[in-house]
Amino acid sequence: MHSKREWAWGYLLIAPMALGLAVFYLWPIAQTLYLSMTESGVFGGYTWVGTANFAELFGDEEMYGTLGNTMLYSVLVLAGVPLSIVVAALLNVPGLRGLSVYRTLYFLPVVTMPAAIGLTWSYLFNGEFGAINHLLGTIGIDGPYWLGDERFAIYAIAIVGIWSSIGYNAVLFLAGLQGIPRHFYEAAEIDGAGRMRQFFSITLPLLTPTTFFVIVITMINALQVFDLVYLMVDAGSPALAGSRTIVYLFYQTGFVQNQRGMAAAIAVILLALILVLTAIQFRLQKKWVHYE
Amino acid sequence: MSKPRTWPAHVILAAGALVMLAPFAWQLIVSLQTLPDSLRVPPKFTPSWQWSNFVDVFRSVPLGRQFLNTVVVTAAVTAGQLLLCSLAAFAFARLRFPGRGILFMAFLAVLMVPGELFLIPRYEIMTGLGWLNTLQALIAPGVFGAFGTFLLRQFFMSLPKELDEAASIDGANPWQIYWHILLPLVRPGLLALGLLTVMWSWSSLLWPLVVNTDPEMMTLSAGLASLRGQFLTNYPILFAGSIVASLPVIVLFVVMQRQLIAGIAFTGSKG
Repeated sequence: MHSKREWAWGYLLIAPMALGLAVFYLWPIAQTLYLSMTESGVFGGYTWVGTANFAELFGDEEMYGTLGNTMLYSVLVLAGVPLSIVVAALLNVPGLRGLSVYRTLYFLPVVTMPAAIGLTWSYLFNGEFGAINHLLGTIGIDGPYWLGDERFAIYAIAIVGIWSSIGYNAVLFLAGLQGIPRHFYEAAEIDGAGRMRQFFSITLPLLTPTTFFVIVITMINALQVFDLVYLMVDAGSPALAGSRTIVYLFYQTGFVQNQRGMAAAIAVILLALILVLTAIQFRLQKKWVHYE
Repeated sequence: MSKPRTWPAHVILAAGALVMLAPFAWQLIVSLQTLPDSLRVPPKFTPSWQWSNFVDVFRSVPLGRQFLNTVVVTAAVTAGQLLLCSLAAFAFARLRFPGRGILFMAFLAVLMVPGELFLIPRYEIMTGLGWLNTLQALIAPGVFGAFGTFLLRQFFMSLPKELDEAASIDGANPWQIYWHILLPLVRPGLLALGLLTVMWSWSSLLWPLVVNTDPEMMTLSAGLASLRGQFLTNYPILFAGSIVASLPVIVLFVVMQRQLIAGIAFTGSKG
């Protein structure tokens, strides 16, 4: 093919997507960075305020509470990742029947709309008539008012966050497990290594690239949690102090209080947080991820 | 290799599956209870066959309209994604032109930025266009995506180069190569992207919540959120609405399970 013509075709076919990304992604990034340095007026329009929004946010107790809640939620959800490895390892047991039935059941929460999941669990976690406190009661534990109590709300939400992502992560881990060549296990078997030993000396090390990927996407998603908090905690509840996340604060500030400049600054802080934490993950991976 | 026993795995997996399933079963039961039954202490674990909850929820919010909105938006977004992503992916994978590398980097950069950064400027764009409380406000940003382009590019790159060369010698132009020869061969990729897009688009909450505040123009996700504001603890009604809202994607998943799982596993292997 004539190379000039190939160039023209290349630009032509990419143009629709490139224009769309420019308008709805790249321009908004630049615009948000700009807006974070402005204050929105009552009648629209923006006034340049420099770093005042950031100064205000970092001088605000509420912002630290919000950052703390978001970090705590992320750590809790990350702590649930091993559950997915266990599920995937069990699904990968040779000769296991009913794999697709299990996979369907574990995947149900993944394909269910988070809004519906949030509603269901807010009922289960209800302090008075919720099934969870009823179950706890049968073993003699007097359960708290989970979603109405600022000390417990984020834990309840994190339990739901873990529950709804086990299936997704297990699918990723299962694909990783199936990529481990059989001959490693055969060699270990000849050496007399038991199944537990095989799991810890072959499976886990060879699974680390998948584990790293899952940890990074789980962390990035957890730092952006919104739907569950929005659906599970009442807007006026005092528990919000213990469960308000960065994106929740962003939504509240930008679209309930209509302080767009301040909201943009919150979004920029979120971006910075994600970039820094992801960079740290990539740094740390050299210490524990095995690439063949 | 010795044949391991599978029953210990079954015991643990079944216990886990019960934890996965129980909230859904409980939701279904409560959606068929009367309001007083749903608030009992200790909880009543059987339905009271109050089928009217499913009628009442349609009466109290424009759930039918919101269902239709969600179907239209999801269909349009998915169709748009499949066409635009596959075009760009084809060009990135199969055509050479100056600036291709830089353009691709720009696409990848978009992937790493959290979605919240786009919201305020997009809201301003929609305000400027007079598109607040319209379906096109939900569709327009959704049809563009770096993820889909990246995903399909991997599929296009896995096809042998000889296909294009042979067709090119026969006088086919790049559009014809894309449309007639390669697109049918990347069908598994299109299916995976299509299913993922349906899933995400159907469930997304934040953008619909922000841009369409008129109940008539809401999607089901935002509709459920506003239903909650309206009914507080009337869980039978809320759950009837939740079931109506989430069932279509659950059914789609059960039918197309293999393709969706393959798509997700693929994102892991190429991530």
